[in-house]
Amino acid sequence: MRPGLILSWALITLVALWALVPGVFTGYDPIAGTPAEKLRAPGPGHLFGTDAVGRDLFARVVHGAVHSLSGAFVAVAVGLLLGTLLGLVAGSVRGALDEIVMRVVDVLLSVPGLLLALTVIILLGPGTVNVAVAVGVGSVASFARLARSEVVRVRRTDYVEAAFGSGGRFAAVLWRHVLPNSLVPVVALAALQFGVAILAISTLGFLGYGAEPPTPEWGLLISEGRNYLATAWWLTTLPGTVVVAVVLAASRISRSIGREDG
Amino acid sequence: MSLLEVRDLTVSYTRRGRWGGVHARPAVHGVSFAVEPGEVVAVVGESGSGKTTTAQAVIGLLPPNGRLDGGQILLGGTDIAGWSQRRLQTVRGAQIGLVPQDPANSLNPVKPVGVQIGEALRLHRRGDRRTIAHRVVELLERVGLPDPEVRARQYPHELSGGMRQRVLIAIAVALEPRLIIADEPTSALDVTVQRRILDLIDDLRAESGTAVLLVTHDLGVAMDRSDRLVVMKDGRIEERGATRAVLGAPQAAYTARLLRDAPALRAPEFLSVGTARTTAGATAGTAAEEASREPAVVVRDLVKEYRAGGRPFRAVDGVSFEVPRGTTHALVGESGSGKTTTARMVMRLAEPTSGSVAIGGVETAGVRGARLRALRRDVQLVYQNPYGSLDPRQSVADIVEEPLRNFGLGDRAGRRERVRDLLDRVALPAAVLGRRPRELSGGQRQRVAIARALAPGPKVVVLDEAVSALDVSVQAQILDLLGELQRDLGLTYLFISHDLAVVRQVSHTVSVMSKGRIVETGTTRRLFENPGHAYTRALLAAVPGTAHQLAGQEVGR
Amino acid sequence: MSGSARYLLSRAGQAVLVLWAAFTAGYVLLQLLPGDAILIKFQNPELGLSPEQIAEIRSYYGTDGPGAYLHTLLGFLRGDFGYSIDTGTPVAERLAEGLPATAKLAGTAFALAVLIAVAVAFASCHTRLSRLRGALQAVPSLFVSVPAFWLGIVLIQVFSFRLRLVPVIGGSEVQQLLLPVLTLAVPISAPIAQILARSLDQVRAQPFVPVVAAKGASPGWILWRHVARNALPPTLTVAGLTFGELIAGSVVTETVFGRNGVGRLTEQAVNAQDTPVLLAVVVLAATVFVLVNLVVDLLYPVLDPRLRRAVA
Repeated sequence: MRPGLILSWALITLVALWALVPGVFTGYDPIAGTPAEKLRAPGPGHLFGTDAVGRDLFARVVHGAVHSLSGAFVAVAVGLLLGTLLGLVAGSVRGALDEIVMRVVDVLLSVPGLLLALTVIILLGPGTVNVAVAVGVGSVASFARLARSEVVRVRRTDYVEAAFGSGGRFAAVLWRHVLPNSLVPVVALAALQFGVAILAISTLGFLGYGAEPPTPEWGLLISEGRNYLATAWWLTTLPGTVVVAVVLAASRISRSIGREDG
Repeated sequence: MSLLEVRDLTVSYTRRGRWGGVHARPAVHGVSFAVEPGEVVAVVGESGSGKTTTAQAVIGLLPPNGRLDGGQILLGGTDIAGWSQRRLQTVRGAQIGLVPQDPANSLNPVKPVGVQIGEALRLHRRGDRRTIAHRVVELLERVGLPDPEVRARQYPHELSGGMRQRVLIAIAVALEPRLIIADEPTSALDVTVQRRILDLIDDLRAESGTAVLLVTHDLGVAMDRSDRLVVMKDGRIEERGATRAVLGAPQAAYTARLLRDAPALRAPEFLSVGTARTTAGATAGTAAEEASREPAVVVRDLVKEYRAGGRPFRAVDGVSFEVPRGTTHALVGESGSGKTTTARMVMRLAEPTSGSVAIGGVETAGVRGARLRALRRDVQLVYQNPYGSLDPRQSVADIVEEPLRNFGLGDRAGRRERVRDLLDRVALPAAVLGRRPRELSGGQRQRVAIARALAPGPKVVVLDEAVSALDVSVQAQILDLLGELQRDLGLTYLFISHDLAVVRQVSHTVSVMSKGRIVETGTTRRLFENPGHAYTRALLAAVPGTAHQLAGQEVGR
Repeated sequence: MSGSARYLLSRAGQAVLVLWAAFTAGYVLLQLLPGDAILIKFQNPELGLSPEQIAEIRSYYGTDGPGAYLHTLLGFLRGDFGYSIDTGTPVAERLAEGLPATAKLAGTAFALAVLIAVAVAFASCHTRLSRLRGALQAVPSLFVSVPAFWLGIVLIQVFSFRLRLVPVIGGSEVQQLLLPVLTLAVPISAPIAQILARSLDQVRAQPFVPVVAAKGASPGWILWRHVARNALPPTLTVAGLTFGELIAGSVVTETVFGRNGVGRLTEQAVNAQDTPVLLAVVVLAATVFVLVNLVVDLLYPVLDPRLRRAVA
């Protein structure tokens, strides 16, 4: 494993721990602030500084991890399950069903992800779960297309033909050979989409469609910090840096999946 | 003074390690040889011998991770080994030409071939636009392409493999270099095309006195075409000298082994149906009785029609043949002859348009579902490419066990036992059981594929170019294994191949295919000693190395 | 009919089909919201609509069922996108107001993105220093990981508040456009740079490259005359796909920088549950995307002779 990859796994593990046991990493309350300590610059007492009502920014970032991560999980789960199922069915059955599914995918791909998410939000209304579902719906098409092309590719290989030739039934060959061999790139896409989902969720949070204040969701944190651009740079810069680091780590891990040397 | 003299050439490949360290793996160690003006020197070896790396080093075009560690490359007495790339650019094309390995991908797909030939002249500023265009047409005509003006405007994909190789030769000779490096120039081509391309290179050489450094894996080609020979193995020279002398009386054990294994050069006794290779005959009566019984495979009037752009195209056009039990029948032909499609229809992996196939007396047409699966117990296929026909995610044990599971043969323990037996049968150690295909060598993979084919206890095994992708020494081992299995298990083989030399060695009967039809069928002896059809004669004449046998020359063994 | 004409027609037909399906899906989804409530909203005196205007809107939305669908579809074909619930004005008018500003922003950003991508990809391909090469190769994955809204904020912070190079309010048109264009261009340049760098590497590994080198060509000659040309088609495809992101990105960019345009309109529409506006924006985005990719597809045979079909 290469150093960059180890770093990426370490970062993802750290953020996952923030989401699971935030209390271990910070003693400050993410919601209730100490007005006397408002707008402190980053320093020993407050690693990321404090905001306008004196809340510790690091505590808010740590406690916000659970919102971003669970949202990303829901989004990836929606896209992965729905998209992969569609792609697998289209790729293994072929024929008219394949045509219909792929035309639907074309339509979904023709609308930008954010607009698709906004359409879902206008229907379901704002909120953390709705935002996650909306982002997930936006990725269904990519998963479906990748899964289908992988299934079609694997089905053309000699080893799948050989499996039929040695007496394999359709379902057995699909389960034993086609599925495992076509899923690796899909899993890699899921890792990549995890980062993309964190980006999209924070964008929708920034636009005000996700969690309500004072929830410490990452996008919302940055949005709130906008009012203090001139005086408190850390309120926007530091949460944003965390987002960038997590997304970078996810894409690095995604690239390592399915490769021997990482 | 020699035209080219290579002294103590040492090349290694570097690889970045997991932690960023750089490892060097030597590929060529202390290789020395010389090429005199106008002569052909063949560098022969199996894959990994360093023969191509040596050629690349001479022209200064090692892959990015290749490194010239030492030695001299004297071109006309000047050492160019230490030259900068910029200085080497003046030598490439002008003094050394290159004919590459793979005509399919060696031309830029988005430029007309005329432009690509003219580029060599442009780079070295030989004339203006008009004189270059004129010279391009001349060159195309010289390398034997009809309608050179039209060809010059065509793109590579519009030309056949042989025509593309002619274009590449035109590029190599455009500036009349003193040396041409031909790296496996005909390995990707059909034998009859191969012969014409090698003839062309010979003609050009005779005409202009250009020397040729011919890199090849094919001892037959080297024997027919070279004046002197360099035999390489694992990056070192095993033996070198005049071609006749080396092949007549090889000094190195490795050369002798190569000679023994090269199918074109070993001319064993013909197999005949009467002497079907079976020892299972003890229970089934004598070999003659065996052969007189119902044939294992009967193919009648097989047709496969495809629709290409609204027009029906017959890939297989009325093919009929029979294979007696316990014998090997070969389907021979060049690419596009329909031999593989025929094999796939025998396996019922492709649906025939019309005609019939019977395996062991059972008609296969229209058989579906459970009966088709039952049929597949009797007929199994071994593919050409052992890299593609084994699931990369399965272990060897799972691969070989799979047919047993599919057919519900035996319980878990019984199946494991049978898998061990099968691996033993194909001479693989039990240690490979847990390995995945990528951890095995090409020959080992093909043994696994054979073990899988044997697992359900088939009567007929279809071998689709099953040894074509292997080095000669590995090829010889697999062929020996196949012969042994046939004798022990009474198997019937349908052997699909483009390689007449291999076919001669392993088959009892042969059908020669061309353009979807069988042009000639007969016993192997009759076909090789007394070919009836003009196409069969052309094929036989094109096999490299046979020219010497026909001339009655004794080949060292 | 010639093969290429048939190809052109079938691709154009596919594009129309996708657009129709996108419209229909959007229409059906947005109809799920209660329709009568919409009409009641228009009667809200706060909108200040005259009785004649309300009667006009009523006649537009008055019909139900398949009739209404057909009515709306025909309206869209004529460029009539219905009425904004938020303001009561025709959607087409509101779009027309925002379009020029967004087109300027997106067009400039796309040009800059291509410029960045080409520079990064060729530099990483051409450099011999392995450290610099590694750094350049990491640039696209960094760019793609940056949230656009955050990038915009950081740019304002650095250039407007710290360095005071670009005024927050006012300033020349170029100054106003500078930061938004950069914000929009950076994430878009990433996929283009990635595919271009990867294609250049793949093409350079092809067997025809040593053949060109063996003619005596220099690395620059090989890169520009042979490799770049072959790496173009996949890059063009990805560049076409980024047009969707361009429209989505302008929603964020216009919000962050407080610029008027189609993106801002979209954000306001979602806040006000203004479904007719959102439907129009979605159909507009899909149209741009489908048209751009249609052009890319039609360019393919021009760039790659292997795809030119023989004239039947």
